[in-house]
Amino acid sequence: MPEVNDSMFKPVDRSRLRIRTKSRPVMGYWHEVALKLAKNKLALTGFFLLLIILTLSIIGPHLLPFTPSHQSLTEGNLKPSAKHWFGTDDLGRDIWVRVWTGARISLLIGIIAAIIDLIMGVLVGGISGYMAGRSRAGDRIDGFLMRIVEILYGIPYLLVVILLMVVMKPGLTTMILALSITGWVGMARIVRGQILQLKQQEYVMAAEKLGTSHFKIISKHLLPNMMGIIIVNLTFTIPQAIFSESFLSFLGLGVQAPTASWGTMANDSLGVVLSGQWWRLFFPALMISLTMFAFNAFGDGLQDALDPRSEK
Amino acid sequence: MYVIKRLITMVVTLWIIMTLTFVIMNSIPGDPFASDAKSLPEEIVKNMRAKYNLDEPLPVQYVLYMKDLLHFDFGPSIQSKTRDVNTLIAEGFLPSAILGLQAMVVAIILGLALGIIAALNHNRGLDYLSMIVAIVGISVPSFILAPLLIKYGAVEAGILPVASWGTWQHTILPTIALAVGPLAIIARFVRTSMLEVLSQNYMKTAEAKGLSTVYIVCKHGIRNAIIPVISFIGPLFASIITGTFVVEKIFAIPGIGKYFVDSIFNRDYPVILGTTIFYSTILVLTLFLIDLCYRFVDPRIKMTSGSE
Repeated sequence: MPEVNDSMFKPVDRSRLRIRTKSRPVMGYWHEVALKLAKNKLALTGFFLLLIILTLSIIGPHLLPFTPSHQSLTEGNLKPSAKHWFGTDDLGRDIWVRVWTGARISLLIGIIAAIIDLIMGVLVGGISGYMAGRSRAGDRIDGFLMRIVEILYGIPYLLVVILLMVVMKPGLTTMILALSITGWVGMARIVRGQILQLKQQEYVMAAEKLGTSHFKIISKHLLPNMMGIIIVNLTFTIPQAIFSESFLSFLGLGVQAPTASWGTMANDSLGVVLSGQWWRLFFPALMISLTMFAFNAFGDGLQDALDPRSEK
Repeated sequence: MYVIKRLITMVVTLWIIMTLTFVIMNSIPGDPFASDAKSLPEEIVKNMRAKYNLDEPLPVQYVLYMKDLLHFDFGPSIQSKTRDVNTLIAEGFLPSAILGLQAMVVAIILGLALGIIAALNHNRGLDYLSMIVAIVGISVPSFILAPLLIKYGAVEAGILPVASWGTWQHTILPTIALAVGPLAIIARFVRTSMLEVLSQNYMKTAEAKGLSTVYIVCKHGIRNAIIPVISFIGPLFASIITGTFVVEKIFAIPGIGKYFVDSIFNRDYPVILGTTIFYSTILVLTLFLIDLCYRFVDPRIKMTSGSE
């Protein structure tokens, strides 16, 4: 066996070496998210659709010379035309104008419901799921929070709404408050279930053993990994809140006539749609569907973009 | 031990729900005899109030109600006069439960299938189709969908009965009306968590071993992706088998859904409390089963810190 000595080695000619550099430039996480989002056509469509709906809810009613409660009995139940773009209802009110003034109430309710879902639901569900099974005290925290959720589920929602209407005055604020009290419990259960599953993963154990704080484990490790589920739930919260509003208004507990909202407009058309006045249901329902589609498309794209493992 | 502890907490939870409902219900203005009070002599109204113990102070009413409740007696219904709350629930629960269960089965099976198909065809035609189904499913509320189903499914096609309750055919349309919304939500949840699971290493390993797609999805995929669906269907199960106001009203189904709303508007106090306790009992039991289910689906999940 020959002896190995220094003379057997010689320096490499550096000019002949081609060190492969990473082709992908290093950039910040959020920068990357924005880039991925901009490349996703569906997400962009959703984003611009939302912008258009929001803009029209502001300027839409001013494009036609009617007010939302302007009645004209001689012009009742007209089909969509150049004068009334979306037609008129039985009292001769212009549906285009009512759809866009209604958009303000429906979108406001939907977005506030989503925000409450995000804050309360994720917080309560996150703490509860993370603490469960950790220690005796942790079990108690989880048990306590979940019993509160059960109680909020159990008490008849309508009673709470009526009580609020009595204590405060009926109207938009009261209704939003009523929706906020119980709206987040579904999200809390779903987040808790996900955390229970995810916290058993190796990376959480690793983070824990390295001394990462509980808050950081939840916010940096667990929540990003369940963003998809949170986003899906949010996109359903918005239309559900819009319909809760219409159900309450239907029972006389929501916004008062003649104020329009998408839910109440769809509701009012219940009797007439079968007799052929399709436009009275079609346009409010179309707007709800388009809003849903926009949030879903944007949410899907956002979810892909937030996931560091997805390529491109 | 865990089970016994949970059962005790359940009773306490139910008692809190009942008490809070009692307080709220009595603090809103109104009275079961508000409409009678105008037409009937004062003495009769007074007698009727006395019959239902409504002339007693509230704490006494509460104690009296609790006493009956301990014998599982929900008391009389003020509105229906001849039947008590136990009978109302016993008679109405079966139709509601049958419809609810059928709708749940349809929603879960089709939702799972649609979600899995969408995930396997990520960003291709079938994926978009599932999104459209989900959006339409959730954007058309049941109070719109139900009349449309009646018009096109029963009146024009003439195969299915329009409404009411009787044969199995009567349940088809209301079941569809009830199932569409949950189906859409389940499909979206399954799609999202399935996409997450499909990118995991163990799925690639399974694929590399040459296992078939169906086997991989059923054996490894569903188990890991089902947790959000389980969380979602727990509360849904409780509310759907105790009936729904809108669908039962439109299809004229003799279920218990209407009592939840009507009793509140009629201030029919025993019915409000009875339906609330009935629904809450099913709810807390379901949520408990869901917690057990988590462990069954994913044995890694730990619910309590103590030894088993």
